Amino acid sequence: MTSTAIARSALARRGRWLVSGPPIVYLLVFFAIPTLIMVFASFRTPGDFGGLAPLVDEAGKLDLNFDSYARFFGEPIYLEVFAKSVVFALATTLVCLLLAFPLATLIAKSPRKSRDLLLLLVILPFWSNFLIRVYAWMIILGPNATFARAVNGVLGWFGAGPVPLLFSSFAVLVCLVYVHLPFMVLPLYANLEKHDPALLDAAQDLGADGWRRFWRITFPLSLPGVYAGAALVFIPAFGIFAIPDLVGGPNDTLIGNLIKQQFLETRDWPFGSVLSIVLTLAALALAALAAWFGTRATRAPALDRA
Amino acid sequence: MRKRPVALVAAALFAYAFLYLPLIIVVVYSFNDSRLNAEWVGFTFDWYRKLFADDDMLLAARNSLVIGLAASVGSTLLGTMAGFAMHRWKTRLLPALVLAPIAIPEILMGVSLLIFFVLLNFTLGLVSVALAHIAFCIGFVAIVVRARMAGMDESLTEAARDCGASPWQAFRHVTLPLIMPGVIAGALMAFTLSIDDFVITFFTAGAGTVTLPLQIYSMIKIAVTPEVNAVSTLLMLVTLMLIVIASRLSPSLLRSDTEPDT
Repeated sequence: MTSTAIARSALARRGRWLVSGPPIVYLLVFFAIPTLIMVFASFRTPGDFGGLAPLVDEAGKLDLNFDSYARFFGEPIYLEVFAKSVVFALATTLVCLLLAFPLATLIAKSPRKSRDLLLLLVILPFWSNFLIRVYAWMIILGPNATFARAVNGVLGWFGAGPVPLLFSSFAVLVCLVYVHLPFMVLPLYANLEKHDPALLDAAQDLGADGWRRFWRITFPLSLPGVYAGAALVFIPAFGIFAIPDLVGGPNDTLIGNLIKQQFLETRDWPFGSVLSIVLTLAALALAALAAWFGTRATRAPALDRA
Repeated sequence: MRKRPVALVAAALFAYAFLYLPLIIVVVYSFNDSRLNAEWVGFTFDWYRKLFADDDMLLAARNSLVIGLAASVGSTLLGTMAGFAMHRWKTRLLPALVLAPIAIPEILMGVSLLIFFVLLNFTLGLVSVALAHIAFCIGFVAIVVRARMAGMDESLTEAARDCGASPWQAFRHVTLPLIMPGVIAGALMAFTLSIDDFVITFFTAGAGTVTLPLQIYSMIKIAVTPEVNAVSTLLMLVTLMLIVIASRLSPSLLRSDTEPDT
């Protein structure tokens, strides 16, 4: 190597650190370190007035324990809230899938020119603030609204009493679906768009009817998109607290609400940290599972034949 | 082309209606001359007039604007560096750090930053919110910039270097102008994300600082009022404009495939 080449590579190395250094440092300070501190806080004792108890007490004993973890796994009420959050997130994922499938199919089958516009129409509402989207449903489901009155009118015909639509599990589910629907449509569309129409023609020539073509060809081939969409919907829906706060009933406390409570009301940081960690690990585990199923589905024999 | 079954079209139309009707109702009732968001009474601009006389709301809007500007400038600088570095050098640490804040539940980031700021005795307010927003926006800017760089002809930079340009000169006069649309799109996106953010702001703002989403949240927690419809309509309009501009600059922004095919 000549001396200029050596100088050049030293310069390149310095340039590399000059460019990648600042974002790395920033994200270490404002993301990685706070996360590690939170993991550390989950093994501590809450302070008398919020925050954390001293790391070393007067007796010189180090404050590190599993108390908050024991509390989470020991008291059924917390596991119940956790299970309820899983059920809500799964129900949201399922309803989103049911709504997204026809929508994504229609877009994928549309002429190339109109596809971008149809897709844009799905994404556009997603760019309005999510509180506005929840608020919209507070209007629709509110007791004075036409929709709520119509529903209760129909129920009245059957002799069922008026039901409050707002402040109920129903309202929570509707808002969860509404807020997360685009996350399901996008990956599903990206997948469906790549399907070879010749496969469906071949199946039709062999006598398969519409349902059979869907269940034997389209659906198995779309599984990678389904799993990707499921992960994108499930993770944010799992940790939500604003929706149950705004439109839920008294029994619709989810794990996100519990976390908010620990940090802003009871000020029990260690327990709040435990809840956040459990939430994140569960969400990431499910996402990893979805990714694993997704890659497995990609390698499935159905696609090999394609 | 295969004929589209009626049931499919009907189901898709239902899904579109489900997406748009609620937002249309919000906009329509913002012009309704009635306290209740229940039935149409008559046309009025009163709620907008009330909005622009509401000091709390104006302060919240100002705060959102200041935070949004700070967050978009900071995250565009750092995110462009990150996107550039991720494209040029195959590192493992940077992509993990950049993408993790996008992949984990938002509430974790909000809560951990709250602990972090309080332990450091850092006063919660505009600055803490802006610092937090920069952290979660970097990833979005980096993805847009990297996608732009992936579509760039690498030999142009090499040619500049062969002609004797320093790495900085090559970046400043060749690479930067080429990736500029991506950088601006990233900045607009960061601004939108910052203006829109509720969860992370909720935890890092402290008691005294209010942004537009926080103000909307506390208003609709108490009662449904058409003033919220008015501010929502304006906010939607602003966001829509920013996104239209950003997507003109970086067409991949509005698609699901912002990841370049490598």
